Amino acid sequence: MSETVTTAPRRKIDAELPALDLASDFPILARPVNGRRLAYLDNGATTQKPDAVIDAESRFYRESNANIHRGVHWLSQHATELYDDARVTVQQFINAAHAEEIVFTRGTTESINLVAQSWGRAELRAGDEILITAMEHHSNIVPWQLLCQQTGAILKVAPVNDAGELDLEAFDALLNDNTQLVAISHVSNALGSINPVAALCARARAAGAVVLVDGAQAVAHQAVDVQALDCDFYAFSGHKLYGPTGIGVLYGRRSVLKSMPPWQGGGDMIVTVAFDRSTYADVPQRFEAGTPNIAGAIGLAAAIDYLSEIGMARIAAHENALLDYATAAVGAIGGVKLIGTAQHKASILSFLVDGIHPHDLGTILDTEGVAIRAGHHCAMPLMTRLGIPGTARASLALYNTRADIDALVAAIHKAQDIFGVRA
Amino acid sequence: MNPGAPDLRELYQEVIFDHNRKPRNYRPMADANRHADGHNPLCGDQLTVYLHIEDEIVRDVSFVGQGCAISTASASLMTEAVKGKPVAEVEALFQDFHTLLTSTAPERDFGKLAALSGVREFPARVKCATLAWHTLHNAIIGAQDPARTE
Repeated sequence: MSETVTTAPRRKIDAELPALDLASDFPILARPVNGRRLAYLDNGATTQKPDAVIDAESRFYRESNANIHRGVHWLSQHATELYDDARVTVQQFINAAHAEEIVFTRGTTESINLVAQSWGRAELRAGDEILITAMEHHSNIVPWQLLCQQTGAILKVAPVNDAGELDLEAFDALLNDNTQLVAISHVSNALGSINPVAALCARARAAGAVVLVDGAQAVAHQAVDVQALDCDFYAFSGHKLYGPTGIGVLYGRRSVLKSMPPWQGGGDMIVTVAFDRSTYADVPQRFEAGTPNIAGAIGLAAAIDYLSEIGMARIAAHENALLDYATAAVGAIGGVKLIGTAQHKASILSFLVDGIHPHDLGTILDTEGVAIRAGHHCAMPLMTRLGIPGTARASLALYNTRADIDALVAAIHKAQDIFGVRA
Repeated sequence: MNPGAPDLRELYQEVIFDHNRKPRNYRPMADANRHADGHNPLCGDQLTVYLHIEDEIVRDVSFVGQGCAISTASASLMTEAVKGKPVAEVEALFQDFHTLLTSTAPERDFGKLAALSGVREFPARVKCATLAWHTLHNAIIGAQDPARTE
């Protein structure tokens, strides 16, 4: 199966362009942690924010704050314009055909739950099947389990191989006439495996299924084009994209979104309300009940503007070169086993160190200013499949450099010294 | 060691490494009359604590499971500390041990358990050091649900 057209080529641009050096745009990276220069390698959990985002949120509250879609006064109209502009910024970022295909949510988790509870409860019947993969984050598993309990639909799981790649033959075999929905991650948060989503979308749609792509770990690392992917839904969070927490996006194909009933009721999602009957707003307002996270949407747009100025292809090239460097450097340490060796990977290096539990490793690295994640990464079924309790995970962002990887390697050596297991 | 960070030597004392490498009383217990499971979902640590209690005295105690060095060593040290003690004394020791890890050390001789006091400087690891004790407590009171420290 060919790789998606949206994945940047690897190992090509490193020689042509100098590595990015953008740490000075991110004020938190200048603060020492535990007396050391911070090597922040927990970007899969959340990314740090550039001045451009922090300033945009602050500026909104200082200069533009008002509620949207309801005021006759100038500030309200001004805030509404900024919020609507943010939607267009998101639309262009993922190349959606229409601005109204962009629904603002709290994050990826809420985006997926919205689809499950609106589209899913309206469309699914007992015996219908939902197909996911064994590498999904809990947020792309549990909403479907809840939906199955509510509708009698059946959850099917396509397996992964030992390298952490989706088993494409098994995926095809599980896809059938009863499959109503396919929900797949674009990039695995635990292992970094990139799924060939464009091809998977084509197969799923040919089988008559609707496709949701969990893009939480993809949008910050490569250009995403929802029209090229031809997915029905694409979900992601602002805070993993250098934007604020509490803001996220659900992209929905317009024809599918328009067919969906409201999920939450309240202000802003209605046209008229009477006690015997209410009528609902068109998309996307139908799915944005209540006052939204206006400042968050504007902060997210500022993050996208920041990224667009650098260029997603440039960012992908920088991160891919750094991932190659990190994979070689960490993989060369005696006693280290890399977990997740998919051919196509992005930004994430999961590993185990012989004789040191990931949690102990995380503590020791922290005392050296190296921030990583240790544990199951909200992918417990994947850890069970791989036969491990968890991993240590270093996840990269555009501001990371070889100095961060060198700090990681030195800290792993130190942990091995402390535990007396240096090879 | 890094002078700007909490002292790792306080956390990873030799007795911790010793009990992590060679956990004591690490076995299932065929004639246990109490047992309980413990689980820290955040980091994946899990263990089962077995007890043989007679006349309100812990005649035997053992554990099996997997976890980080702190949680494994703590479980091992716990089994040594409570074997042969009256149940009421074990429960009181748990309370004092918890206080030792989270605030001011109570007046008492903790013996080898004092090796875990370094956890105080690493709040994220307190749950590792107390998982076995919460599980022991659940075994004593006959709790049905697994003990959790998250």
